[in-house]
Amino acid sequence: MDNKLMIKLIVGTEAMFFLALIMAFVYFSLVPGFRTHQLVSLDIKSTGVFSLFLFSSSFTYWRAEENFRKGDVKHLKVWLLLTILLGVIFLFGQGKEYYDLLNHQVTISSSTFGTSFFTLTGFHGLHVLIGLIVIAVLTCLAFLGDYDQPGSSLISMVGIYWHFVDIVWVFVFLIVYVLPFIVR
Amino acid sequence: MKAIRLPESEKPIPGLSVSTNQGLLQWISSVDHKQIGIMYLWLSVLFLVMGGCEILLVRLQLVVPNNDFLDPEVFNQLFTMHGTTMIFFVAMPAIFGFNTYLVPLMIGANDMAYPRLNAFSFWLTFFGGLMLYFSFLAGGAPDAGWFNYAPLNQYNYSSSPGIDYYCSSLLIAGIGTVSASANFIVTILKYRVGTMSLKHMPLFVWMVLINSFLILAAFPALNAALAMLLLDRQLHAHFFTAIGGGSAILWQHLFWLFGHPEVYIVILPIFGIFSEIFPVYSRKPIFGYNFIIGSGMAIALLAFGVWIHHMFATGLGNTVNGFFAASSMLIGIPTGVKIFNWLATMYGGAIRFKVAMMFAVAFLVEFTIGGLSGISFAIIPIDWQLTDTYYVVAHLHYVFIGGTLFGLLSGLFYWFPKISGRIPDERLSKWFFWLFVISFNLTFLVQHALGAMGMARRVYTYPDFAGWGTLNLISTTGGFLMGISIGLLVYILVKAIRKGVQAPADPWDASTLEWTTSSPPELKNFDQVIPVNSTRPFRDFKRPDDAD
Ligand code: HEM
Ligand SMILES: [Cu+2]
Repeated sequence: MDNKLMIKLIVGTEAMFFLALIMAFVYFSLVPGFRTHQLVSLDIKSTGVFSLFLFSSSFTYWRAEENFRKGDVKHLKVWLLLTILLGVIFLFGQGKEYYDLLNHQVTISSSTFGTSFFTLTGFHGLHVLIGLIVIAVLTCLAFLGDYDQPGSSLISMVGIYWHFVDIVWVFVFLIVYVLPFIVR
Repeated sequence: MKAIRLPESEKPIPGLSVSTNQGLLQWISSVDHKQIGIMYLWLSVLFLVMGGCEILLVRLQLVVPNNDFLDPEVFNQLFTMHGTTMIFFVAMPAIFGFNTYLVPLMIGANDMAYPRLNAFSFWLTFFGGLMLYFSFLAGGAPDAGWFNYAPLNQYNYSSSPGIDYYCSSLLIAGIGTVSASANFIVTILKYRVGTMSLKHMPLFVWMVLINSFLILAAFPALNAALAMLLLDRQLHAHFFTAIGGGSAILWQHLFWLFGHPEVYIVILPIFGIFSEIFPVYSRKPIFGYNFIIGSGMAIALLAFGVWIHHMFATGLGNTVNGFFAASSMLIGIPTGVKIFNWLATMYGGAIRFKVAMMFAVAFLVEFTIGGLSGISFAIIPIDWQLTDTYYVVAHLHYVFIGGTLFGLLSGLFYWFPKISGRIPDERLSKWFFWLFVISFNLTFLVQHALGAMGMARRVYTYPDFAGWGTLNLISTTGGFLMGISIGLLVYILVKAIRKGVQAPADPWDASTLEWTTSSPPELKNFDQVIPVNSTRPFRDFKRPDDAD
């Protein structure tokens, strides 16, 4: 119980952090020129596909939690591994996107679009990476036989964090990719 | 009698447990909330002395017109370090010191929910402070004011690494602050002794609870802004540089989105301290317990709706300004409610003027002056006239010193016997009180006039206009007297610790749980806790025939 409250508080304060980054992005996006730049640089389709991988990792993690609750350690391991795989694919997609952007001279120092884009998505990517490391540790523990008996709140604690990272991406994706596309 | 729940098992981690029986190692490795609280308090005393010395040099430079005792660059560094130190490394650690020490004791717990995280938070604050001061050796301290406005914080304007140190040290300390606050919330919500319901919780604990939520919501704005600024300075991003399309105003938005709540972050726990002290020294229950809590929540919420009053002069337009002027005036209402609660608590009470109570009463006067000058700023034309003058300096010091520092001192004299087991010399303490209060008013009252006469803040020297020289001389004199009185305070404390009279468990005939333990409390706070059926459990326990 205590630990769940703790992780909720941490997630809450992280949400405020992302809110500030999103505010900065929106603030800059109101300036003329930003939107055009944004539309030219971003590939909504490819990122959309990679986003689906991240969103489905929330589903797989939820399956992992369910199996843990039922005491089915074998399936717990499978779903955890799947979650990691999906998360890694998302990060790979982000890496590819960064690589392309940098090749087209869109960098953190090239314009306010580059600055706010890389900062916002970069901090999110960092959170994904941290989440993946933590889930990897959980998976190792599962293979070491730490979850043979129920009772640990660890799985659901990490779950709160992982779902949060996903929800943040819903907002980031909507604001950074989808919205300029619609109001073009 | 209720059994106490221990937050963590007492079994040490195998292989990691060093024997820490005595000496410095015991302090460094401690996870006990009382020891960590005391370390926070000493940390803030240390930085108080440093920040004090810095501003005395500044005042010395300003003592006469056209003075050139300091270089302008040094002058900028000194006032910047003064403000940054006082807010982040004096006020915050002192408040966290009281919180960490008192919260578990007041709710009948044996430690914080996460003792090791608690220690970690302290050390983050400690190393943040150390890092800030390291900038002096690394090529120059930050020099763009405590609010660090763009474009002054940009590389073109401040190429010494000072600002980078400002960012990194405040980020580190900020993470410590946030983690400590989450720890307080869990501790308060989950580790209260069984019978203590929320509506019987001491008001101090209530204010810490509200405040911790306020911190969790406000600090991320600062942390984000600091991260952005670091990116600007290190990787040439364009958040705040006008050249690359960035916006200096964005810094102000983010900073004050944190900064205005911050000024309430340093006053809410103080309101909690006073809500403990007024009833005890008036021998009456607090007047309007629920109103104190409610107005505390109102303040915390309103704090997010007023940040633009720091930006009236940036030209955001009349609609925006008007809205934020109105909301700024609103925030005076819950603050006023609290003042009247305390006055009503004193009314008809059997008041004992111990030093703690004297500071509490002095606070009512000084804080009201600070509140009035605050409200006067909320009137936009007045703000346009007075912003960035010494009038602002006067306002913020009446609320920071007359509010926060008076509260901390009041709390210090109230809880010192509990913390140290000794009673400070009452006569000397009264001398300290009078010296401090008089010199404080001497220093800052005249600054209202200086500001109204047009003297800008943060200018390194000033021309010989009629009256400016005299008023500045008065202010500097007051400043040095304040310095002397802080010296006296340190003397009183050290003297009390070394050979003060042994303090009983309950020297003030108080009513909350921390006074039921010995002074100082044992390493394990409680074995058993008295039943809690009202807001004054200890008093009910002592006088069962006259229980609340
Ligand atoms: C009645 C409630 C208050 C009102 C309406 C109020 C209003 C204001 C306004 C409008 C300013 C901006 C002045 C300017 O820069 O032109 C200001 C500055 C300031 N206030 Fe208050 N204030 C109130 C209470 C407080 C409290 C309780 C604190 C802290 C404990 C505080 C601390 C400060 C500080 C530090 C500044 C100056 C920041 C700086 O420029 O460095 N105020 N206040
Ligand atoms: Cu304000």
